[in-house]
Amino acid sequence: MLKINNLQASIEEKEILKGINLDIKPGEIHAIMGPNGSGKSTLASVLAGRADYEVTGGTVEFMGKDLLELSPEDRAKEGLFLAFQYPVEIPGVSTTNFIKSAVNEKRKYLGLEPLDAAQFLRNMKEKMKLVEIDQSLLSRSLNEGFSGGEKKRNEIFQMAMLEPKLAILDETDSGLDIDALRIVANGVNQLRTKDNAFLVVTHYQRLLDYIVPDFVHVLYKGRIVRSGTKELAKELEVKGYDFIKAEVDQELA
Amino acid sequence: MHEENDDILEQITSSEYKYGFVTDIEADEAPKGLSEDTVRFISAKKNEPAWMLDYRLKAYRHWLTMEEPKWPNVEYPPINYQDIIYYSAPKQKIAPDSLDDIDPELRKTFEKLGISLNEQKRLTGVAVDAVIDSVSVATTFKEELSKVGVIFCSMSEAIQEHPDLIKKYLGSVVPATDNYFTALNSAVFSDGSFCFIPKGVRCPMELSTYFRINAANTGQFERTLIVAEDEAYVSYLEGCTAPMRDENQLHAAVVEIVAMEKAEVKYSTVQNWYPGDKEGKGGIYNFVTKRGICAGAHAKISWTQVETGSSITWKYPSVILKGDYSIGEFYSVAVTNNFQQADTGTKMVHLGKNTKSRIVSKGISAGKSQNSYRGLVSVAKNAGNARNFSQCDSLLLGDKCGAHTFPYIEVKNNTAVVEHEATTSKIGEDQIFYCNQRGIDTETAVALIVNGFAKEVMNQLPMEFAVEAQKLLAISLEGSVG
Repeated sequence: MLKINNLQASIEEKEILKGINLDIKPGEIHAIMGPNGSGKSTLASVLAGRADYEVTGGTVEFMGKDLLELSPEDRAKEGLFLAFQYPVEIPGVSTTNFIKSAVNEKRKYLGLEPLDAAQFLRNMKEKMKLVEIDQSLLSRSLNEGFSGGEKKRNEIFQMAMLEPKLAILDETDSGLDIDALRIVANGVNQLRTKDNAFLVVTHYQRLLDYIVPDFVHVLYKGRIVRSGTKELAKELEVKGYDFIKAEVDQELA
Repeated sequence: MHEENDDILEQITSSEYKYGFVTDIEADEAPKGLSEDTVRFISAKKNEPAWMLDYRLKAYRHWLTMEEPKWPNVEYPPINYQDIIYYSAPKQKIAPDSLDDIDPELRKTFEKLGISLNEQKRLTGVAVDAVIDSVSVATTFKEELSKVGVIFCSMSEAIQEHPDLIKKYLGSVVPATDNYFTALNSAVFSDGSFCFIPKGVRCPMELSTYFRINAANTGQFERTLIVAEDEAYVSYLEGCTAPMRDENQLHAAVVEIVAMEKAEVKYSTVQNWYPGDKEGKGGIYNFVTKRGICAGAHAKISWTQVETGSSITWKYPSVILKGDYSIGEFYSVAVTNNFQQADTGTKMVHLGKNTKSRIVSKGISAGKSQNSYRGLVSVAKNAGNARNFSQCDSLLLGDKCGAHTFPYIEVKNNTAVVEHEATTSKIGEDQIFYCNQRGIDTETAVALIVNGFAKEVMNQLPMEFAVEAQKLLAISLEGSVG
């Protein structure tokens, strides 16, 4: 589904990603872990098409298409979703209307008729249960005045509504208390099918107790330096990142 | 990133003006320039009674003693008042017997603008007075309105047919001597709309005037007067467009509203004069004075404006709250793009007791434009328990435009409560990217964000106008994000 080959990217002339290789198949959950500043969020942003980053080398194939050639909106409509670490606020635009626009833009792209108000509401009601989100929240301006937990739940709710093929969760666990974490993880688990995939970016292994990954990759200094199963995450939990840093720095030296 | 955004910005800000066509119709014009003779020429053309000519001449003589105001936050080269044609009328029968007698070219013009002059098309349910250059060419639904006692006609006709009303009310809210442009307007105004709603009548349909400047080198100076007697109600719409021309054209209008006891007047404007091209060449100078008076107790006047056009806008629709418990409202969305400049706002003058006013101003600036809110809230010594709430929000698209706020508050009664809130925000790259990531392209995202920003004001517009105005907002900003 997603094939990343030797991906390199920089921001303001500073190289952040120095050759990423990653292969994600339908039905899989991959976790990207790593110390602060290792390039985790950069990878998520580059895949989503954020213009601050310049791709300086490598290729990314998504559903058989050259992802890097697509505009951010087309990537989204092809089925790539990014749950933001810091979701933005858009005053005056109701969350419901926003999601409706997004859903219908995607349907238009896929050659489908837009959903009418009744169908949309029915869909919404169903998905609201998944993330235990309240109707009153959805009537408010997008993310405006939402708590940290509400913002993250809203991200997962949008994901549920848009039914992406690949969802990237960028530090979705940051700033969440344990209850919110559980709700978010439950949502993700219920949305999991054999046809979609998840890329979970996180600093802590805590989230991976709830969303159990098939593969864990450790990102350090812009490269994936270790890959393994969820056991690798457990090991990191115990030993911290320092042991990997030391090993890698030694290899590089 | 910045370069990229600037590109998008330029694309969106560079959309074309859609009403820029010129209609080829023969016009009957006054010679260029302004003198007592010009004033006499206009008055004679309109076959006016002596009192009207006298009113004009007084205004003209006063104008000669005045100076153009320099305090607005706008810049433009000096206007040569001798280089303007002050009267231009499409050559056709002065008063068409029926709408069928209207020059087909003219009809086409209004059809292109999406304005139906055909009374058969009742679906729209809006009575229209169409003013092209200096004269009113058609007023629809006149008969139907007259059955309930509502007078809706051109100003020229009103001067002939209802001289007592005109003598009583013309200049009663905005005196000729009020300012430079009202003096000019009072001297040379050529037409406009007059609307009179008698006591206790709720006007059965929306009334509207569409203004169109067609001829080159011409100024438009129209005059609108609305009088609502006790317990009367009317909702009035105004729309305006002009061809694309390289020279700047002057539009100096005056609108007066009188609302008696318990009367309510709702005045909505969608102003879409030609804004000039991307380099700032051409466009309309929109120097307009609009003022209403709540003359009786419990009267209410509400101004709603969506300002997207004109190269320069200078306009402060105001309410004098004379009657006790009267209410004044001002809702405004002003969009400036490219090199447009807007200095607009309102004046709420609290004279009566327990009067209330509400100001909601939303300024949107893009391109290299400058957008200023200028407002005055004054509470007189005897105006006990006056209440005002003002909210002025500015939204910036890109980093080459400016937003300014000049709120003036004068309170002479210590029971007054005056509140002012102001915010400035920018459409951020983050917001756009967030929308993009959800599959919403940049232009749609800007429209969504801008409409969200302006929603509180748009909600005040009558339904059929709101849709038009929303589209207009999107078109005005097409191509501009940052």
